[in-house]
Amino acid sequence: MLSTENKKVKISARDFSFYYGKDRAIKNVNIDIYENKVLGIIGPSGCGKSTFLRSINRMNDMIPGTRIEGVLSLEGKDIYDPSVDVVAIRRKVGMVFQRSNPFPKSILENVAYGLRINGVKDNRFIAKKVEKSLRDAALWDEVKDRLNKSAFDLSGGQQQRLCIARALAVEPEVLLMDEPASALDPTATLKIEELIQELKKKYTIAIVTHNMQQAARVSDFTAFFMMGELVECGETNILFTNPEKKITEEYITGRFG
Amino acid sequence: MNEKVKEKLGYNFLRLCFGIVLLALFMILYDIFQKGAGVISWEFLTASPKKGMTEGGIFPAIVGTFYVTVITALLSIPLGMGCAIYLNEYAKDGLFTRIIRMSIRNLSGVPSIVYGLFGVVLFVQFMRFDTCLLSAGLTLGLMTLPWTITASEEALKNIPLSYREGAMALGATKWQAIRTNVLPYAVPGMLTGAILGLARAAGETAPILFTGAAFFLPYIPKTIFEQFMALPYHLYIMATQHHSIIKVRPIAYGTALVLVALIFFMNLAAVIIRYRLRKIRRD
Repeated sequence: MLSTENKKVKISARDFSFYYGKDRAIKNVNIDIYENKVLGIIGPSGCGKSTFLRSINRMNDMIPGTRIEGVLSLEGKDIYDPSVDVVAIRRKVGMVFQRSNPFPKSILENVAYGLRINGVKDNRFIAKKVEKSLRDAALWDEVKDRLNKSAFDLSGGQQQRLCIARALAVEPEVLLMDEPASALDPTATLKIEELIQELKKKYTIAIVTHNMQQAARVSDFTAFFMMGELVECGETNILFTNPEKKITEEYITGRFG
Repeated sequence: MNEKVKEKLGYNFLRLCFGIVLLALFMILYDIFQKGAGVISWEFLTASPKKGMTEGGIFPAIVGTFYVTVITALLSIPLGMGCAIYLNEYAKDGLFTRIIRMSIRNLSGVPSIVYGLFGVVLFVQFMRFDTCLLSAGLTLGLMTLPWTITASEEALKNIPLSYREGAMALGATKWQAIRTNVLPYAVPGMLTGAILGLARAAGETAPILFTGAAFFLPYIPKTIFEQFMALPYHLYIMATQHHSIIKVRPIAYGTALVLVALIFFMNLAAVIIRYRLRKIRRD
């Protein structure tokens, strides 16, 4: 059982709504994401779960015609406050995308990218940081002899772990994962899931997934979204065994979706 | 008619089209080469025209074309790339941007003589540069801008969105993402388009006719405010305006050959850059 004490709120949404033009993709969501816990976000396609995830590090800012209502805060500070530096938010809140997106650079330079754009020039520091990030992403042993080879030579699962290492290198506090294993085979998926268990010791993690078993396996808390609304959110073992709402039960037992 | 006969007819028709195009190209090149190759000599390439342009070489025209092309490149490459980056990365998609984009596409179809006239009014008269290398180069630069912008935008569109998103998710600013994770992969494509535009510009006569090209000038311009000789204009004179056209015909062909060779090498450079780009992508 998870202890309900000593839970520190890392991210919280209060009456948070998100609009694409006139279309309201997220409706009055209230949710807390706890420090060093994994929140699994599940729901049918188009339910707004990815949009919610991308709101947390303001990646949706890039899409023209979007706006928000309500409050989304990181450690009590409003992420959308006009005085907030978007770049600073993104350094604190790292992201791993659905399709692994290594840059056309060497393995080393992929992981070093975030450091270099942040102005780090010391190559010895970078080398150390790259090794640590790759170790944390459970990729070091597989790539340590070919750090200067192109990242495109790696397998799909390795590429995704490389993207995780790349996100870790800038020392974020939160990791957002948007269906990180949906394009991977079962073995590679298992590796990512084991990795998430390791990573939550240091990071707060929110993971969007289509795969119910995955949510049940990796997450401490689960949020069920539907048509832009947060239907239910709670401890994973409770939500999956004894959901409050009927529609949640129907979804997790595979009656629709 | 049964399907097999139709298939054969169709196939042979397409092959005929291809053959005609190839034949026309070959005939032009053969004609120029056959009549021009004999004139090419060290002296022809390095000496000035002599005796009322009936003897001597075309050196000032080669250098003049080179100079004017450099000015064209200096205007059209940075401005065109900058414009394309703005349009593709920053400009919001709306009616206004769409009108601008359409105008740029349409501008690439405006006849070059119209650019020539525009150059006279803007650079020669209004800005008082007079007829000179600068006026001609800027006029050609304006003419190539639409091609450079269009080609550069295509090159930028080919770079996946995930490169930009990935960089920005790591805390890069938009400009950092573009500079470090988009441009390095787009620049070869941008340059390819720019060089093809320059190759066209180098062979143009109309835009430089009133803006800076000289009928005859036995020396190399020392500043950008002097007139210059240029290969295409020299060819035009030798072929139609000279007092003894028959006598100078070989010189005209020699000039044509040099011009074609110049443009061939510029295209070759574009192909090489594109080839290297593909190699980088595969790595």
